[in-house]
Amino acid sequence: MMRTPLKRVEGLGSAKSGTEHFWMQRLTAIALAPLGVWFVVSLLSLIGANHADVTEWMRHPLNAVLLAIMAGTVFYHSKLGVQVVFEDYVHTEWLKFTALILNNFIHVLLGVAAVISVLRVAFGG
Amino acid sequence: MSTSNKPAAGGYQTDRPRFDLPLSPHLSVYRWQITMTLSILHRASGLALSIGSIVLAWWLVAVAIGGDAYDWTNNVITHPVGTAFLFAWSVAFFYHLGNGIRHLLWDAGFGFEIKTTYITGWSVVVFTIAATALTWLFAWGVFGGTA
Repeated sequence: MMRTPLKRVEGLGSAKSGTEHFWMQRLTAIALAPLGVWFVVSLLSLIGANHADVTEWMRHPLNAVLLAIMAGTVFYHSKLGVQVVFEDYVHTEWLKFTALILNNFIHVLLGVAAVISVLRVAFGG
Repeated sequence: MSTSNKPAAGGYQTDRPRFDLPLSPHLSVYRWQITMTLSILHRASGLALSIGSIVLAWWLVAVAIGGDAYDWTNNVITHPVGTAFLFAWSVAFFYHLGNGIRHLLWDAGFGFEIKTTYITGWSVVVFTIAATALTWLFAWGVFGGTA
């Protein structure tokens, strides 16, 4: 009523990203619930395993696919969560932007390293 | 009538004392409730898991590299200090998982009644303790595990 129609037309709000952050955080959360449980159970099954056992487990197509998806999803979800913490608690503008940029870089670095490692083992590199 | 009683130029009194008004949110005026603790613990456990995810990436890279890198990582993880961190990680994981599902139910529109928030809140606490205990009892071979 008291709003200009512009926001509704654009559908993106002041942050210009709409509900993407909110939605992706929930979507990755829904994915991580079963994937996380699967990963913990897998780790328990790997207790006492040597390197050959771990790589054999990781080479199995099902494990490789789930692990790669889980790793990518973990770092995406983590990036979204840490971003909100910085946005909420860091009020010095330059510090906030620096933190947000570093947050992006570090999560991409860790995520890509994790997924490539899984693929490398899976493809027997 | 004296002209000195007129407001300053612009119509504002600039020498008026400013009150130290409390800033929102007024956390200090609230009686402690389980729900507020669970709320901040969700963020704290999430941050802990984010830091722990560095170890996840590190471990996967070590598996891919193999050799000394893997042995060294394995030694760190199986060292008592490393295992203590894994234990803390598991607590954070199960709490964030349980309370995350509670959040998703709220997102879906369920569980907003005050009484329900307490029931689900304590359920998350019980789940965290039970799941962590089961995991480590298994890891330490109580159930005839491979440890």
